[in-house]
Amino acid sequence: MFVPSVTNPIGDFVRNLVPQVTAYLPVAFQSETLDSVVAFLINAVICIIAVCAVNIGSAPILIYMERKVCAHVQCRLGPMRLGWHGTMQTIADVLKMLFKEVYAPSGADKLMFYTAPMIVLIAPFMVCALIPFSKDLVVADVSMGIPLIIAVNGFGVLGILLGGWSSNNKYSLLGALRSGAQIISYEISFAMILLFVVMISGSTNLMDITMSQQGTVFDWWIFKIPVLGFIAFILFFISSTAEMNRAPFDIAEAEQELTGGYHTEYNGTPFAMFYLAEYIALVTNSALATTCFLGGFHAPCIGFAPVDNVLNMVPGLVWFFGKVFFMIWCYMMVRWTFVRPRVDQLMDFEWKFLLPVNLVLLTAGAAWIAISG
Amino acid sequence: MQESSSFIPYIKRYLKRCITGPWSLLCGLSVTFKYFIDPRRIVTEQYPENRKTLKMHPRYRGRLEMIEDADGNNHCTACGMCERACPNASINVLSTKNIAGKKVLGRYVYHFASCTQCGLCVEACPFGAIRMNQDFEVATTDPNTLEMILNKKEGQG
Repeated sequence: MFVPSVTNPIGDFVRNLVPQVTAYLPVAFQSETLDSVVAFLINAVICIIAVCAVNIGSAPILIYMERKVCAHVQCRLGPMRLGWHGTMQTIADVLKMLFKEVYAPSGADKLMFYTAPMIVLIAPFMVCALIPFSKDLVVADVSMGIPLIIAVNGFGVLGILLGGWSSNNKYSLLGALRSGAQIISYEISFAMILLFVVMISGSTNLMDITMSQQGTVFDWWIFKIPVLGFIAFILFFISSTAEMNRAPFDIAEAEQELTGGYHTEYNGTPFAMFYLAEYIALVTNSALATTCFLGGFHAPCIGFAPVDNVLNMVPGLVWFFGKVFFMIWCYMMVRWTFVRPRVDQLMDFEWKFLLPVNLVLLTAGAAWIAISG
Repeated sequence: MQESSSFIPYIKRYLKRCITGPWSLLCGLSVTFKYFIDPRRIVTEQYPENRKTLKMHPRYRGRLEMIEDADGNNHCTACGMCERACPNASINVLSTKNIAGKKVLGRYVYHFASCTQCGLCVEACPFGAIRMNQDFEVATTDPNTLEMILNKKEGQG
């Protein structure tokens, strides 16, 4: 075919439909190439809408969920007034954000100041396009999925650094620099854990990684390798929390020390974009953890045929989002339980504990592969 | 030599903290998990909605009131300890004399507007004649209602 195509049922349906529709057009418009181009464009639009729907649609749900989880952890009720149990509260908050006046502080670098939130949003959107949500639902089924994710995740720190630097504010600059140091450090362990997954599953394609965990719960990578899988999962959890700048590793914001960190000077829509990026990163990191360790869209079968048949009747998309929301709940519980370490403690933890443990883990994983064959 | 002698304890401490650190984190998580799953622990009151059933905490200090029995008799002897204990002069105990010529309570004037509900008057009272009640909806549009006389009857002494 003339243009690259995504092989999935929705894409095939569009590709079949386009020639049927163009048959009604004048003969001048009928050509094989034009059909494939149109089909490709329609598919691309569908993919973009799907990614935006998953990302932007999940943000209000996550904000509501975060408020409720936070409230119940702290013996409170959370939003209760607007709508049933405060369900409309996040919509009201989003509208408030959107209608606020947008202005930059005097002396700020306006171009960089307004580009930074958009750059921050790029990374989670691109990662989301690589995640297999179900057997046929993946936007970009690239063979180098994991290296691409590692590369793209670095984009977030660029936006944070730009935003902090261009704000012309000492708090913002300090927060951005601290955040840069933190993310660059923790990206090493983040990448190493993903390499561990690549090593044991034998593929860098996220779909292949998911398919390699087919079977029962005990075929998921978290349980399949006796202890190493669980340790790797915990390490991934820690390093991805630091990657997302979430508490307890939120020294980029550290509102007690830096009055908001890199987004001190942001308000209105740009601030909402930083906020959105944080929550989309939560979704994508949870999806990544689900794909790499919790069996992706596979049902949690237990090896008992009658139960497994029932579990397999539920579509993979439901299982995937169930696992993703479980992971998000775990991230939230950690956020509202633990205290923030100091900057030096954070760096010590990465370079003196996480990195050596990761190296040992990689070696042990290689040994396990060599022994088990 | 100094290096090598402190190296073993350092490693021991490091390994010990590798165990105790995650354990303490798990203890913290178990506490928040218990709070998360147990709705009985929630302390938030949905105030205007649950106005009928809302019960104030027994320790709450609302308006000052005089403890009276069913006939409206009180224990006040007009000694004036509460008046002296009050840090912002919210209490005026105006005494009078009864037929026998003994000093008894005439009017117990209480300026609610300047009262800070500190409860020092209740602590100072040697006869247990006054207490802080549980009223919390005490806002008013008429400042004259904040000047009140607490006793219904003159004191018996």
